[in-house]
Amino acid sequence: MQRMACSFPDEVLEHVFSFVQCDNDRNAISTVCKSWYKIERWSRRRVFVGNCYAISPDMVIRRFPDVRSIELKGKPHFADFNLVPDGWGGYVAPWISAMAAAYPWLEEIRLKRMVITDENLELISKSFKNFKVLVLSSCEGFSTDGLAAIAANCRSYLHCRNLRELDLRESEVEDLSGHWLKHFPDDYTSLVSLNIACLGCEVSFSALERLVGRCPNLRTLRLNRAVPLDKLANLLRRAPQLVELGTGAYSSELRPDVFSNLSGAFSGCKELKSLSGFWDVVPGYLPAVYPICCRLTTLNLSYATIQSPDLIKLVGQCQNLQRLWVLDYIEDAGLDAVAASCKDLRELRVFPSDPYGPEPNVPLTEQGLVSISEGCSKLQSVLYFCRQMSNAALMTIARNRPNMTRFRLCIIEPGTPDYLTLQPLDVGFGAIVEHCKDLQRLSLSGLLTDLVFEYIGTYAKKLEMLSVAFAGESDLGLHHVLSGCEKLRKLEIRDCPFGDKALLANAAKLETMRSLWMSSCSVTFGACKLLGQKMPRLNVEVIDERGTPDSRPESCPIDKLYIYRTVAGSRFDMPGFVWTIDEDSAMRLS
Amino acid sequence: MSPLLGVGEEDQSNVTLVASSTSIDSLCCNSSDLKERNYMGLADCSSVDSSVVSSVSDEAKRSSLNLKATELRLGLPGSQSPERDPELCLLSSTQLDEKQLFPLHPLNDGHCSSTQKSVPSGSKRGFSDAMDGFSEGKYLAKSEVKAMLSSRSSSNLGLKSGSVLEKLGTQPANAKEPQKIIQERSRAADEPRPNNNGFANGNSSAPATKAQVVGWPPIRSFRKNSLASTSKNNEELDVKSVPGAMFIKVSMDGAPYLRKVDLKNYSAYKELSSALEKMFSCFTIGQYGSHGALGREVLSESKLKDLLHGSEYVLTYEDKDGDWMLMGDVPWEMFIDTCKRLRIMKGSDAIGLAPRAVEKCRNRN
Repeated sequence: MQRMACSFPDEVLEHVFSFVQCDNDRNAISTVCKSWYKIERWSRRRVFVGNCYAISPDMVIRRFPDVRSIELKGKPHFADFNLVPDGWGGYVAPWISAMAAAYPWLEEIRLKRMVITDENLELISKSFKNFKVLVLSSCEGFSTDGLAAIAANCRSYLHCRNLRELDLRESEVEDLSGHWLKHFPDDYTSLVSLNIACLGCEVSFSALERLVGRCPNLRTLRLNRAVPLDKLANLLRRAPQLVELGTGAYSSELRPDVFSNLSGAFSGCKELKSLSGFWDVVPGYLPAVYPICCRLTTLNLSYATIQSPDLIKLVGQCQNLQRLWVLDYIEDAGLDAVAASCKDLRELRVFPSDPYGPEPNVPLTEQGLVSISEGCSKLQSVLYFCRQMSNAALMTIARNRPNMTRFRLCIIEPGTPDYLTLQPLDVGFGAIVEHCKDLQRLSLSGLLTDLVFEYIGTYAKKLEMLSVAFAGESDLGLHHVLSGCEKLRKLEIRDCPFGDKALLANAAKLETMRSLWMSSCSVTFGACKLLGQKMPRLNVEVIDERGTPDSRPESCPIDKLYIYRTVAGSRFDMPGFVWTIDEDSAMRLS
Repeated sequence: MSPLLGVGEEDQSNVTLVASSTSIDSLCCNSSDLKERNYMGLADCSSVDSSVVSSVSDEAKRSSLNLKATELRLGLPGSQSPERDPELCLLSSTQLDEKQLFPLHPLNDGHCSSTQKSVPSGSKRGFSDAMDGFSEGKYLAKSEVKAMLSSRSSSNLGLKSGSVLEKLGTQPANAKEPQKIIQERSRAADEPRPNNNGFANGNSSAPATKAQVVGWPPIRSFRKNSLASTSKNNEELDVKSVPGAMFIKVSMDGAPYLRKVDLKNYSAYKELSSALEKMFSCFTIGQYGSHGALGREVLSESKLKDLLHGSEYVLTYEDKDGDWMLMGDVPWEMFIDTCKRLRIMKGSDAIGLAPRAVEKCRNRN
């Protein structure tokens, strides 16, 4: 048997392995035998690191010497909602330096929630001979100067560098000037995807026009708000092959000539499947996109402050829509219309137009979501902000859509009970986890007791990510989740009465997860120290801006806790408000 | 070269990097160990005596009062069946729960094979025993569980729900019915949630207050900022973009800057002219009062002449065609439909407009 396994030359095995792309499968391959491990590591081209502190760059480089594509994630998800103080970490610099030396042929860098500086961007632009893709998702720390460096060095005959994708999804960029776009050389023509929707400043429009005009393979163009509507038609006429478009501000004086120009330009885009942008919408201009609505599969109107009738008219024409993001201006009536016309809908996200107002400002209730669940048989992914919910509605949704894989419900007021019965929403969410057997992601809200966690622990066997806020009554709740959810990888909790017990009793579970976040709960510093000392493969980070936790009694609850598994040990870049405990029992400060 | 897969939406690929083969092994082991690591000492624990497990269920059957306490029932919130005394229920269910949860209470420590130490008094030491147990892949011994939990008061900690866990396993059908209400949960809901307020840190405000909580509702900063500036923009944007507002620019000859007025705020020329007068207080417009709400009246020839001779400035507007017209000729509604901007012209410049206006008047009259 052993002889058979080695009878294939390495090149053949490598070729076979090249058909296996999924990381889990490649991990499995590498455990078969030493020679397979060796072949696999030399042929692995793509690496995903879900937590940049779980491993060091050197360890990755040592194991995988020839990587062409890397994806790194930094800060915990709750950083999106300002729960992680500035300066916590997530710096990409050490990775870029290490890879600049070790991976000269690196082609793709994808970062999420990391801090990247202009210097890092410059290093990227100069170090990788064949650099093609840069995606910065929810990143920060850089300015338009860094982008200028990327643009300037994007093309080189000598080094065969040809940038294809520059995607700044929702990153925070310091806008120093819009001239960075001019740094793309005149003979640069390989742009395929450009997403600058997050930029505040006006980019040089003439440079943009010329860039768009000379890149025949451009398929994704997401403009920022500053690009005026009357210039959009020009861009579209230069890029009729566009597949994905994000408009700038969608407002202009209503003028028939502008309208017909725009409408004609849209009609010319026969490949357009995805639309986004739509800031400051003037409803009179919406009909300009009607000709292409029937081809749309993705529509992001989540910045469009237009009212339900206009929304209904638009969405009613999108029979092939698969993904819809919209504000709650759509109202229940609008969602009824969506349920009737968009039979292929897979994902719905409804965002609140007035999240901080005390009263509901639009007639959007649980009924809208129920209608969608009834009408859209392929619905898998939901993010829904609303102000009232009932167990009955949740049960109906669960029974209608057992194929749901992502369910995130945010009832805006914390602790809101079932508005019909005034009961907690435990049984409603319980129905969701019971019926939706493939549920991977769940976010809870409303009035919830420990019972909902029992249901989750009992039924949600495929759950990988759970977000909890203002819920539960005791440690039992947390214990149910940690002991019951076998596939749990990410757990984030805020403002729940969970303390030390469940955490300590399920300490080993934490090593099977990527990370655990707990803020404004009841975990004591004593428990954190214990965990840190006893679990060497976990980093237990106490984040507390009130000063050293030692200055308070050990039984005093800490502010924020972030626990993640790691093989890299404690990190060295912690700021003053993060404490971690080593196995040598010494409290380590930054 | 193998094609490089693009990484899709955040939730699609759930892949992890494994740094070394040893960690894979331990990861695999851990997933199978999970079953044994049962907090309650209930099912799937191999070294728990089967007799103990059955004693647990026997206890459950015997304690009918406790069962009733957690039974799912029909009924409105707050209504309770006559035989249940809530106070008694809580206490007894708690006591019984403890027995169910910690069946080894009456047993000696000698039954616990995973540790040779004496029963620890404090929770910390109990945990370190447990940690030794964990590192060997074993589960928490019952004595440690007892030690950990005995230090806390048992009344309000949801220990009573331990029996609900059993109930859940045995009667799954009940859990689904929408009308059946869990009595104990309703009581929990009626309580003013002291747990939350007691446990929550100073950073977060209690759900009862309307104060804004950090990071809630969970909306990204980019979206928040976009919404905020959208609502600001709507106040400034021009006529057509926002229903209900009709801002147009007003310029005055000789003034260093322009102003904007919302035509929707006025229903007649008189109102508009007095507002403009206030705005550009250095001039006098004179009487435009002849145009009332109906807007049907037309400035008469004589009045217009008075105006032009009487005042230094004249109100003009640019219409849709780009022509500069004297204000006051057309009905108010028609005016606001066609007006794109206003200009307060010097009387001398306006002379050219007057004859046309006079002619119009003559034709109408």
